[in-house]
Amino acid sequence: MPHAARSTPSPLQLSIIKGLLFVTCLVPLLQLILAWRADDLGANPIEAVSHATGDWTLRFLLITLAVTPLRRLTGLHWLLRLRRMLGLFAFAYGVTHLLAYVGLDQFFDWTAIAMDILKRPYITVGFAALVLMTPLALTSNAFMIRRLGGRRWQSLHRSIYAIALLGVLHFWWLVKADYLEPLIYSAVLAGLLGIRAWWRNQERHRQLRTPPGAPPRGPSGRRVIPIASR
Amino acid sequence: MLIRRPADITPSDITSPEHFRQRRQLLRMSGAALAGSVGITSLTASAAQALPARLSPLSTDESLTGRKAVLGYNNFYEFGTDKEDPARNAGVMQTRPWEVRVEGLVARPKTFGLEDLLKLAPLEERIYRLRCVEAWSMVVPWIGYSLSALLKQVEPLGSARYVAFASHYDPEIMTRRPILDWPYQEGLRLDEAMHPLTLLTLGVYGEVLPNQNGAPVRIVVPWKYGYKSAKSIVRIRLTESQPATAWNTAAPEEYGFYSNVNPEVDHPRWSQAKERRIGDFLKRPTQMFNGYAEQVAGLYQGMDLARFH
Repeated sequence: MPHAARSTPSPLQLSIIKGLLFVTCLVPLLQLILAWRADDLGANPIEAVSHATGDWTLRFLLITLAVTPLRRLTGLHWLLRLRRMLGLFAFAYGVTHLLAYVGLDQFFDWTAIAMDILKRPYITVGFAALVLMTPLALTSNAFMIRRLGGRRWQSLHRSIYAIALLGVLHFWWLVKADYLEPLIYSAVLAGLLGIRAWWRNQERHRQLRTPPGAPPRGPSGRRVIPIASR
Repeated sequence: MLIRRPADITPSDITSPEHFRQRRQLLRMSGAALAGSVGITSLTASAAQALPARLSPLSTDESLTGRKAVLGYNNFYEFGTDKEDPARNAGVMQTRPWEVRVEGLVARPKTFGLEDLLKLAPLEERIYRLRCVEAWSMVVPWIGYSLSALLKQVEPLGSARYVAFASHYDPEIMTRRPILDWPYQEGLRLDEAMHPLTLLTLGVYGEVLPNQNGAPVRIVVPWKYGYKSAKSIVRIRLTESQPATAWNTAAPEEYGFYSNVNPEVDHPRWSQAKERRIGDFLKRPTQMFNGYAEQVAGLYQGMDLARFH
């Protein structure tokens, strides 16, 4: 398969790509730290940190969810190898967002934090999203994948769809009046989930049409390589 | 001449809020404020925009929020919903000439030019607490005089019970997205509008109001959440029935007509018990009527403040 050979990086190339991606994913955090140190976060730096870390959590969630469609649309199957790092960055920014809320915004006022989680729906769903992300982060290593087995691992990790929905809902519910930004996140998420639903539907129709015993075929007639998730 | 843009760095940029306050304190103590105020105010603001005023005894003596934050961290949704947007985008607004029409249930409806407003009553510096509904707060040295001075000029009729304020709206320079019902509208009960604390505001920090702060004329109602203090006002109308207000129209269950600062009545989505004073790390408890209970609680005698929030 010359096509695949051309588009698949060597192990060394992949390491370099991963290294570059890692540094790139750290840029928003470094920007924030530098701006904090330069006193350049505006009049309300705590709010600025909360917003930036929240924004990047959502963005990394959406970027992670974009890997599978992007891989399928471009045929660049090695993109899958970057997904774990992107998902872990979503989690890391989410944890930073929570730490900013607990340590900066509420300054460890545990009563106020507990009240917020119970009484404020946007905090409830945001907190729930982060709690749900935790097992995904903990099971993101090869050992846990082996231990859980592909199928169980996969069904556990499908909760990313719910997490992304909760994350976007968290944003909708905290905005005062200008819904443009949450609308953009919602549209991107709807696209990423919608394309999966559409593909799944296509797949089901194809299977109904395919006579039993025939090898499964992809949309372009190429063989479908079973993948860990869709 | 007065519409000149301020110099990049004005002396008040350099003057720390502490020093600014110390000078003010000195002024107040000296008693001879009239002699000094002009000179000292001009020290703290650029000459072209300076707006001399005498420090009012209605001022708080809490430390001022820095000028940079007061002029750079604003909610003025017509110019964008990020706090930095108004300072970035409001510069294009033409504030001279400017007229404010005062009409409705009044014996003498009148259109006031900005120059009339500047001369209508002696300018006072009123250092007020400002509490935003988003749970942050500032201490701001506004300049103006009681709105009652203006309202008395038009002689409100006995049937007038409310005062409606309409802000300037120009889709050519402001957002066209229907974030709120433009033009921005606010309203007060007539007795609230006539209260001496309710300030017709023409300046801040020793200078003419910068555009992002609601130039050239706004109101400031210090015991209510910030959004009640309408900016860039073009019309004041006295009415018999309660006027529609922008935030109340947008989300009636979240923003009441009264919008008095009240730590016991939470916003449906967040607590109002505490606030972060801009520049502080820790939050502080929010005070009933933003600390103006002594002066204004009487206006709401017998009212259920949770229901009429």
